[in-house]
Formats: sequence, C-alpha cells, structure tokens
Amino acid sequence: MGALRSGSERMMGSDRDLVVLGAGMHPWGKWGRNFVEYGLVAAKAALAEADVAWRDIEFVAGADTIRNGYPGFVSGSTFSQAMGWTGAQISSSYAACASGAQALQSARAQILAGFADVAMVIGADTTPKGFFAPVGGERKEDPDWQRFHLLGATNPAFFALNARRRIDVFGDTVEDFAMVKVKNSKAGVGNEYARFRKEFTLDDFAGSPIVSDPLRLLDICATSDGAAAVIICTPEYAMRKLGTLEGTVRIRAVANSTPTYPQVRLELPDIATDSNAVVSAPALGFKDSIAHNAYEQAGLGPEDISCAEVYDLSTALELDWYENLGFCPEGEGASLVRSGATALGGRLPVNASGGLSSFGEAIPAQAIAQVCELTWQLQGKSTGHQVEGAKVGLAINQGLFGHGSCTILSK
Amino acid sequence: MTNTERIPAVEGWFTTSEPYCLIGAKCTDCGTYVFPPRSGACPNPDCDSMELAPTPLSRKGKVWSYTENHYAPPPPYVAADPFEPYALAAVELAEEGLVILGQVAKGVMGVDLEIGMDVEVDLEVLYRDADGVDHWIWTWAPCAPEASA
Repeated sequence: MGALRSGSERMMGSDRDLVVLGAGMHPWGKWGRNFVEYGLVAAKAALAEADVAWRDIEFVAGADTIRNGYPGFVSGSTFSQAMGWTGAQISSSYAACASGAQALQSARAQILAGFADVAMVIGADTTPKGFFAPVGGERKEDPDWQRFHLLGATNPAFFALNARRRIDVFGDTVEDFAMVKVKNSKAGVGNEYARFRKEFTLDDFAGSPIVSDPLRLLDICATSDGAAAVIICTPEYAMRKLGTLEGTVRIRAVANSTPTYPQVRLELPDIATDSNAVVSAPALGFKDSIAHNAYEQAGLGPEDISCAEVYDLSTALELDWYENLGFCPEGEGASLVRSGATALGGRLPVNASGGLSSFGEAIPAQAIAQVCELTWQLQGKSTGHQVEGAKVGLAINQGLFGHGSCTILSK
Repeated sequence: MTNTERIPAVEGWFTTSEPYCLIGAKCTDCGTYVFPPRSGACPNPDCDSMELAPTPLSRKGKVWSYTENHYAPPPPYVAADPFEPYALAAVELAEEGLVILGQVAKGVMGVDLEIGMDVEVDLEVLYRDADGVDHWIWTWAPCAPEASA
C-alpha cells in the first residue's frame, strides 16, 4: 500500500501514530546486579526526558526476563512496585528477543484502544556468563532443552549453519562477516551506552578463537546486563505537553509477526524445519515477512529508511537482514557492507549504535534500546554516532520460536 | 537387558536396530510430515486433522549446512572431558521436505563435509550415565549417493 501513496503523503503518517515522548537507558555491561536496579535507572531517565511524573503513567508494559526468578516473569508489576504502586494498568510480556517489541505493542494497543493516553515500556536483564543455556530442570518435552541435551546445538551453532549457507550459496567470505564487526565496533566507540567501546580491525580476527565454524568469538554477540525504557503517548497528550507536534518522533509501525506454514528455514531453537512436502513454502520467508508487515503498516518502503538497527547476533546475520529488509537483493549483503553504504556516514547506516556487537544482548531490554537509539537519532541527539538528517528509522529482530518484531519510527 | 540393546537418548525418534532411520509423524489426512514425532494437531493450518501417525523417514538425505562446535556446549549437554570438537549438520530429506539437524558421525569434521553431500542415519553413543549405561543418538554419516538420484 506504501507504493500507492506519494512521497509527501507517506511522511505524514496516519491517525494511528503515537509519539515517543521520552527514552532512557542504563548503560550495557556485566555487573551481575539485580535487573530491577538497572530498570529503575532507565525508567527514571525516560520519565525525566518526557517530563512526565511516574504517577501520571497510566499503563506499564514490562518485557520479561526468564533468568531472574519470579520478578522477571511479572516484570510489569516488578517495576511498578519498585517505582511505587500507583494503581496503573500493567502487562508483562515474554517473546524472547522480541519481548521489548511485544511490550511496546502491548502499550501501543492499549493507547490506540483508548484505555490510556500515556504509557511506559520497560525491560531490563542480568545475564549469566558464557553460552545461553536453557533454564534449569530436566524438561524432556521442551525443544529448547532437547536441542542442548541431544545435539549440543548452541545459539552460535545455529548462527554458524546460517553463515555457512551464505559462504556456499552466495560466495560470502569470513572477511565479509568480519567487515560487519569492524563497522559496528567503530560506531559503538562513540556510544556512551555501549558495553564494548573498542574498535576492531580485520587483523584482530586471526587471533579470535573459532566458536562454531566458520564463526569466531568476534563474530558472535555477548550476553549483557542492561535496561531501556520509553514513554509513549497519544498525539493529543504530546500536544498538551509540548504545545506542538513539530519535531516529535512518531511510532509508524510495530509488527509482531509469526512465520507462515511451512517455515522451511531452520531457525533457532528448532531441530527440524516444517515440511514442504504437501504445502509449498510461502512467497515470503519469515524474516522477509516481518519487514514486509512493518512496511505495509507504516505505508513506507526500504527506500524511505534513513537508518536501521538490526539484530546482529552474529556478523553474518546482519547481512541477512539487509536482504530481508530490501536494502539490497538477496545474496548482495556482503557487497553492501563492503561498499560502506551501511557504515556511519554511508547512505543507509545500519547499527549506528554499534549494534549487539558493541552492546551484547540484554534480551528484554534490547528491542526497547533499539527504539531509544532511533528516537535519539531522529531527534539529532546521538552525539558521537549521529546519522545526519535521519528522518525514518527502523528496528528489526526475531525472537526464538517464531516471534518476529519490526518497529518503524519517523520524525 | 542384553549387551546389544541400544538405549536411545530420546524415546521414539529413531529406530535402535538396523536399518537405522529417524521416525517422524505424518498427518493421516493431508499427508504432511513432522519431526520430531508428536501427536496432536496437524501443523498445516488448512488441515483440521488431529491425528499424526508415527512414520519412518528416509534414511538418506543431503547436507543443507554444517558447522563445528569448538567449545563444550553447556548442560544439559553431557560433554566429554576433555572436550573434542565435533560437527553438526542440517540435512534435507527430499521426500519429506524436512531439514533435520543432527550430530555428524564421530571423526567427520567440517573439512570433510560440503553442502549437497549425501549422508545417512547412523547411531552413536551420546553419553554414558553414572551407572555406566550408554545412551545412543542418531548421527549423519557420509554415504554413497542414491543410485536413483
């Protein structure tokens, strides 16, 4: 539907756009402290930026963490209690890597339904060291438990299967993958919220141990502690607050997509794909469909995007996203990163924040952090890693077990 | 229990006597396949069937992709000490239209594999428990191409 509207009409948005009034983050790192502590810092920063009192927040959407006991499973109430009960409405969402985007969607839907005018979306995590393992206990029926117990199929092993396909099918090289890390680490140096603020070069890769061939440690994102929060509201609420909507950042789309049967790409954490023996694979694969749904919702297309935050769980995965998002044809992701187009200063910067490569993943906070980053980019506040003249930003990720998410923001 | 009896690390996913093959499930109505095997609703959204019947899957397939684990996976994987790197392969079964992940036969590494290569199901010991009982798992082992293919 985007293609049918003229350029100026497309930038105007729709009556379903909401405003991002404030964003806040706790820097990413590895301290092992209580996740609520990090969340409070992000929440208070977002409220301060929005100039909204905690007592005025009508809806609190928490993104859950599954490695921090019961408080993590009911994050909406955990953060509400930590900030002081106000009688607000809440939700607590878990959707693996897409948890933050699902919490955003929960708040957005409440506001669009007229149940609230202003909401907080918040996620925070404390992560263990090393490989992500399934949560404790012998759960023989759980595919996540099965893939570890029966195969030792870690997350990096899945990233590596995908990277090997790129090498074999598209002719990518391990140096192409390393280029993604070089680019993202360079951008991350300028971001005060990033955990790793060190620039890596191609030469650093030779000394990096292979984790899951062909991927080295430097190709794979770490697990981190961190927190992010945003305050979103109706345009009317923003108008009352600011006296104008000029320059405000709007939420144009939040797509939380499932795959379409049969899902024929082997995806984390599945031991097997769906079968295409009876039903043919859909025209759009899962990752393509996540982007497509968001573009359609926003009435925008890849040509409208100024900058993007994509889930670079591995370097090779970032190249996939270029193609899934329509930034280049399938198989040309490596050429795109090599051209410099996706670097800070290029025509379409991707992961100007430094990406997961510079942050490490704090699962429930990450998709919200992407929204914070894009908000500040569109407001011209990303000192040290600003994308000049950014007008439309897109964030995309994929949670385990078929939870896609894509958010589009515009000025 | 005899010495020749093989205890599967997971019940009902593969045969434990020759010819070794994986066991999936097939919808009795639309005919689509599922692996790992399970009961319940057919995953085809246009099929209302509630009956999935266990069915042996093709013994042979082609490598879709592969990798090597260079670090010991965390529990519940039971890693050998000292840990030896091993390969994993995702294998495409043509008739069933499935891609199934598995460990690769011991000693066969990434350098020995390529995408599109023919492999077949074999069994190997996944781990030995505290009582000295071996638990077996399916592996993908390189094999000669199908004559008919």
